[in-house]
Amino acid sequence: MSFSSKTIWKEFSHSKIGIVGIAILVILFSMSIVAFVTIPLDSFKTWNDPASWLLYPKSAQPAWVNYFQSEKIPEHLILSPVVSSQQLDSVSVLTNSFLVNYQYDGFPSDFIYQYTVKYSGSPLLQVSVTRPDGIVLPLVSTSLPFAKDDTTYSSMIFSTQDVIAKNILDKKTRYAFSLDGISSEKIIFSKLDENTILKGTYVFQVRLYDVSEKPVLSKSNLILGGKVYGIMGTDELRRDLSVGLLWGTPLALFIGITVSIGSVVFGLVYGVYAGYKGRATDEVLMRFNDIIYAMPALPLLIILAVTIGNSIFLMVGFLVIFGWVGIAKVSRSMALQIKTLQYVEASKLMGQKDYKIIFKHILPQLLPYAFASIAISVPGAITTEAGLSFLGLGDPTFPTWGQILHDASSYSAAARGMWWWILPPGIMIAVTGLAFVFMGQAMDGIINPKLRQR
Amino acid sequence: MGFKKFLAKRAITMFGVLMATLLVTIILVGSNMDSISKQSAALEIRQQVTNNKNLLSSFKTSEQLDSYIENQIKQRITALGLDQPWYSPQRIGLSMYKILTLDFGHAKFLTSDSGSSDVKDIILEKLPRTILLFTTATAIVSVLGIFLGTVAASKVNSKIDRITSGLAIISSSFPVWWIGVLMIFVFAFLYPIFPARATPDVSISDPGYLGSLLYHMALPLITLVIIGFGSWAYLVRNFLVGVLQEDFIMAKRAAGIDEKRILYSHALKNAAPPIVTILALSLSGSLGGAIITEAVFDWPGMGRLYFEAISVLDLPVIIGATYVLTAFFLVSVFVADVLYGYFDPRVRRE
Repeated sequence: MSFSSKTIWKEFSHSKIGIVGIAILVILFSMSIVAFVTIPLDSFKTWNDPASWLLYPKSAQPAWVNYFQSEKIPEHLILSPVVSSQQLDSVSVLTNSFLVNYQYDGFPSDFIYQYTVKYSGSPLLQVSVTRPDGIVLPLVSTSLPFAKDDTTYSSMIFSTQDVIAKNILDKKTRYAFSLDGISSEKIIFSKLDENTILKGTYVFQVRLYDVSEKPVLSKSNLILGGKVYGIMGTDELRRDLSVGLLWGTPLALFIGITVSIGSVVFGLVYGVYAGYKGRATDEVLMRFNDIIYAMPALPLLIILAVTIGNSIFLMVGFLVIFGWVGIAKVSRSMALQIKTLQYVEASKLMGQKDYKIIFKHILPQLLPYAFASIAISVPGAITTEAGLSFLGLGDPTFPTWGQILHDASSYSAAARGMWWWILPPGIMIAVTGLAFVFMGQAMDGIINPKLRQR
Repeated sequence: MGFKKFLAKRAITMFGVLMATLLVTIILVGSNMDSISKQSAALEIRQQVTNNKNLLSSFKTSEQLDSYIENQIKQRITALGLDQPWYSPQRIGLSMYKILTLDFGHAKFLTSDSGSSDVKDIILEKLPRTILLFTTATAIVSVLGIFLGTVAASKVNSKIDRITSGLAIISSSFPVWWIGVLMIFVFAFLYPIFPARATPDVSISDPGYLGSLLYHMALPLITLVIIGFGSWAYLVRNFLVGVLQEDFIMAKRAAGIDEKRILYSHALKNAAPPIVTILALSLSGSLGGAIITEAVFDWPGMGRLYFEAISVLDLPVIIGATYVLTAFFLVSVFVADVLYGYFDPRVRRE
């Protein structure tokens, strides 16, 4: 029954699945660190705020699907500018150029130029595009609203605006087909002889002319609308799923590990105390244990979530309430065996206090079992939380994997073939569960050598 | 301790658990339930007064009317015993007595397919469907699992053993409902073989109802079997491996008894108590899990009823369904206990 931590680790390192489990866990932990470092806490808080996802495409597939297709689906591009500025006599010119090598087999769905500018006076804003064939199409030429003092002005230019259509119509003689009823982006990105996509490098240039002072573009992004985006795609609410999936990792680990540690510690102390005390204490404690053990967990969890609350911390508490019972039963029977050992009886005779015997002599003996149970009970906690979230009873402020799947099912992602919305969260849940199951299996093999026989 | 005394003791514990669960449920939903019943009493009075033209014309001012209505509502609330706080022992006792006698009251929003709003009718309509789906699934899973587990145990570390163990570990970490969503995605939309919604689309009176029900049951059934039989086989395998190391098996081998016979008649018989226990427990466990599974497949059973009741907060239905689910759960725990005690007399003497 007794193990030293060294021999356990030695045995553990010989077990292949144990190592695989640890490897997956290390990957998951590094993903959590990446989530904390790269994705600012703000964007995770704005997960449910539609305004913060306006620039993203709706229900876009992951960008890498293009590798498996001969016909490349246009990617949703959020471009950042190359900035240069020059002085022409008294006029200062600020130029932002957006360079895009467009190699997709379809027109962009639209384009949006989003900017924030600091200026005084009334600068002139000009947008033009240079096509791969050298033709320059002026798109917009507008003066910003006059301001006496320094002001900050934010606005957007949409490809659907009439000005753009009008400006392009001036060049209609170059095109061999009628431009009537064709939207601007389909003209800009079109070949001259027929209305199909012209591949190559396009340069969008934004120029800001001002006489009085140098204006500053503090925000300047060109968005080319497309149907694929990022590593994980986006959902119906334009949210970047990679952000949600990445943030789901620390959340799942937090839920799984806190619930299992909480249940195991409580169950262990409860069971050992009952087993050590024996008699009436044992009887009362174990009958109470029986009652909780026989309660149907999921219906009661649902009622608790509905009536008391569904914050993620409350959820952890609820899951612990139903998680500790099995462990208490096993640790009680283990304590019953240990307390008859001679050294325990000896220390009892020497007048050692009860809690000292429990914490010094009995609990340490149960540690290997405790670690194995922690590992084994993590997947259950994660899947139960995910299940509750999937039913819509989870904490909606956190993008847990179950929450993402809940959104997917409420927008009937399965019916619309949005596999990138359904598959990754479930796989993440399963992989996280597997890591702990593997580790638990490896530890189980050490504690119960019987299972490895022959 | 005799078998009868053992049975009696278990039965009393189970009844205690049933009461405890009921009490917890009533306490949890009590305050909401209270305000809902008060509101419905007030609404009823208001309707009665406004429908009664003679009574309405006898009031001169609207203040008089209001004070009359207020009075009536107060009287009704006292008559119904709602003037006591919801946590008063009388009211909790009364609600528990009502539920014990299967008087769940009327649902606020939900109705049964035949239109009744009596919670008892609704539950009696949904329960058989859940039992049909989950009992069939458990039966298939256990037969498959016992067979595979026995084969795996007879050839420890062989390919089939490794595959079984691997399957068990992997399938246990996938949530059943996610596999369900996936199955719907693949077999209802990508390759439309099965219907996406498991609710049969013909009425109960139609002669083709049973066929339609079975056809709609196929996808959830397949999912439950796929996700379940691996871990079953693994459990059976582990029990059998333990039994096969016992001395009496050695003795049988030494006596030259056929290995197959040892495995199927002697070893399996000795591994039976834990297997039967887990069979009963998994049956009841799947009833609880039915809530999510049925919500995914839209199977019109207890689980979906529960889910719908929670989404509209139909408290009488929630309480009734919790009671029935708990009762079923406890009956199967009880049966498991009894079977265990029957197969393994040591338990009775503990």
